[in-house]
Amino acid sequence: MQIQIKGVRVVDPGNIEGIRDISIKDGLFEAVSEPGQLPEVAKDASDVKVIDGQGLIAVPGLIDVHVHLREPGQEYKETIETGLKAAAAGGITAVCAMPNTKPVNDNAQVTAFILSQAKKANASRVYPVGAISRNLEGEKLNDIADMKKAGIRAVTDDGMPVTDSQLMRRTLEYCKSLGLPVLVHAEDKRLADGGSMNEGLPATVMGIKGIPNAAESVMVMRDIALAELTGARVHFCHMSTAQSIEAIRAAKAKGLPVTCETAPHYFTLTDADMPAYDTNFKMNPPLRSDKDRAAIIEGLTDGTIDMIATDHAPHAEDEKQVEFDLAAFGIVGLETSLGLSLALVAQGHLTLAQLVQKMAKAPADLMGINNDIVPGNPADLTLINMDAGWTVDPNSFVSKGRNTPFAGRRLTGAAVLTIVDGRIVYAIDC
Amino acid sequence: MRFEKKDILDIDSLSREEITYILDTARGMKEISQRAVKKVPTLRGKTIVLFFQEPSTRTKISFELAGKRLSADTVAISKSSSSIVKGETLRDTVRTLESMKPDIIVMRHSSSGAASQVAKWVQCSVINAGDGTHAHPSQALLDMMTIQEEKGGFEGLKVSIVGDISHSRVARSNIVGLSRMGAHVTICAPGTMIPVGIEHMGCTVARDMDACVADADVVMMLRIQKERQGGSLLFPSEREYAALYGLNQTRLALAAKDALIMHPGPLNRGVEISTLVADGEQSVILDQVTNGVALRMALFYLVAGGSRNADSN
Repeated sequence: MQIQIKGVRVVDPGNIEGIRDISIKDGLFEAVSEPGQLPEVAKDASDVKVIDGQGLIAVPGLIDVHVHLREPGQEYKETIETGLKAAAAGGITAVCAMPNTKPVNDNAQVTAFILSQAKKANASRVYPVGAISRNLEGEKLNDIADMKKAGIRAVTDDGMPVTDSQLMRRTLEYCKSLGLPVLVHAEDKRLADGGSMNEGLPATVMGIKGIPNAAESVMVMRDIALAELTGARVHFCHMSTAQSIEAIRAAKAKGLPVTCETAPHYFTLTDADMPAYDTNFKMNPPLRSDKDRAAIIEGLTDGTIDMIATDHAPHAEDEKQVEFDLAAFGIVGLETSLGLSLALVAQGHLTLAQLVQKMAKAPADLMGINNDIVPGNPADLTLINMDAGWTVDPNSFVSKGRNTPFAGRRLTGAAVLTIVDGRIVYAIDC
Repeated sequence: MRFEKKDILDIDSLSREEITYILDTARGMKEISQRAVKKVPTLRGKTIVLFFQEPSTRTKISFELAGKRLSADTVAISKSSSSIVKGETLRDTVRTLESMKPDIIVMRHSSSGAASQVAKWVQCSVINAGDGTHAHPSQALLDMMTIQEEKGGFEGLKVSIVGDISHSRVARSNIVGLSRMGAHVTICAPGTMIPVGIEHMGCTVARDMDACVADADVVMMLRIQKERQGGSLLFPSEREYAALYGLNQTRLALAAKDALIMHPGPLNRGVEISTLVADGEQSVILDQVTNGVALRMALFYLVAGGSRNADSN
């Protein structure tokens, strides 16, 4: 299979920015040239697809570093196949799969299973993320090197943050020697105290137990201290508060090896946007105040926030259609991430190149891969129509999850073609 | 005026005019409970389900008597007698109940927002008898009825509310309702029991109990919810709480001479309120209970379409 994309505007920060012709062959980028320089292919060649890229943007395949694929164990919420197809539909060519499956991805067998299911799905790629501790219990280190051999790209205990500071120190030291980043879900569960939304006026009015900003930022500050102690790479997941961003900004100024991500809902919505007791607005960390939302945008603009990930967390409808405090945390994000993030460009908070940096290049760097659009690299590529207007309709999601707070929202900009390993895994209108 | 609300979910969704109309209607209902034969045929043929997922004695009996005095058929189910213990979801439970065609579901639930959610899932009327720490509209309305009886109105009244505001649906509903009716509400509690942003709900936060009670026309004490205390570190001991936030005769002397003493019950005597104050001349705690039945009769009558029928006839 050969694909030629002609006359497309390539935005690959640090590599290319301009109109190019791209040729993809045998899974790799074959050539990237000035327009009109590619050799003509025979019109009747059946295994060649020529795409007119005029008016479209080609970017390195987008990578979402925080996704819950639910398989093995909770296939009723999502399977590796539906999750990876949803990613493809959202223009995302690779996702990092969180380890809180059933069983937990805390050994090489589960890692191998995830990769083999992903191969069968014939959609986007998966980069498995292994658990730090056995069964996410926060007590004993897993055989992380063994999992690395099987294919994990990072470790985390995600939703069950490591409370034991000594275990965290040892994790960082051990993973530094293995060259694996440690992803931190920063939350002091004791401070969060079983809350279900942001602590603030909307929670007070609705009588919902609140989660204070400090539940996140105290753990960010602890792990910054441990990054300094160990020199290990610490990556903070789904940042939601002004205080966390401030702490990370200061840590970066000091030259510490920390990075972080936020999710589209944290720069798009606040706790005041939630219709009363709408469980599709319930996630952890929760939607914060407008002050926090502004701080997140500022962090994206000034580079404190390195990347955008979704924390895609599909749930079945009956896990959401219950009392607010009993409803499952989490929303889906794979199919709305690009559209919501492009709004940052339209609003002037980021240039398109900066957005591509945050959705493709910085995530690749975190996962230790090079996804530049250059001959010889695996051909992972997202083709974007910046002008396509569309309305979020959960019923048309490829994901099994329908739990989104963005139903009915008008977005501008969408992926029209997603290529993974030189294969078209998603295409509309071309 | 026609009362058009199908559901009574919280005070915030009621206008000043609607609150006044409910209180007027309740005053008319009060006389029925004083008759030798305490029953009128107004809601004959209507069915009311009392669905109490949380323990309750006074509120449940009050609603039940209110329904019976209007000749409605009332059926009570509780958590232990319902399918909730078998793992049925709230949505399934109330949709099952609705299939038996009740006219009104009265519900008490431990989760904030449960009544609002149920109102979206069923067609019949829903009256919130207390949801988590969100709202307890019938309690606030009966409190307002009691204040109105004694004080004639609300404009400019100084009302002090003291106790665990964070966990109190009664406090939230009273703050919203009383401030909407023109009263000045001041609250007081240790910092552990004052929720973020409460001052934006229509009250001021006093620095201590003496300041809160000073010149008050109404002092409303909240029950310390010992069952919520487990491990939540809200206060060190009942002794210390009583010393700082208990209403005794010395503190009461700071309030206006004719100040009303209120409490939604049940009382923790010697903790938030001393026995002498609870049983004293200024206490209207039992009047609150009496008014509760009349107020709930009014709510049943109004959501069942009483005022609409009266107009169309």
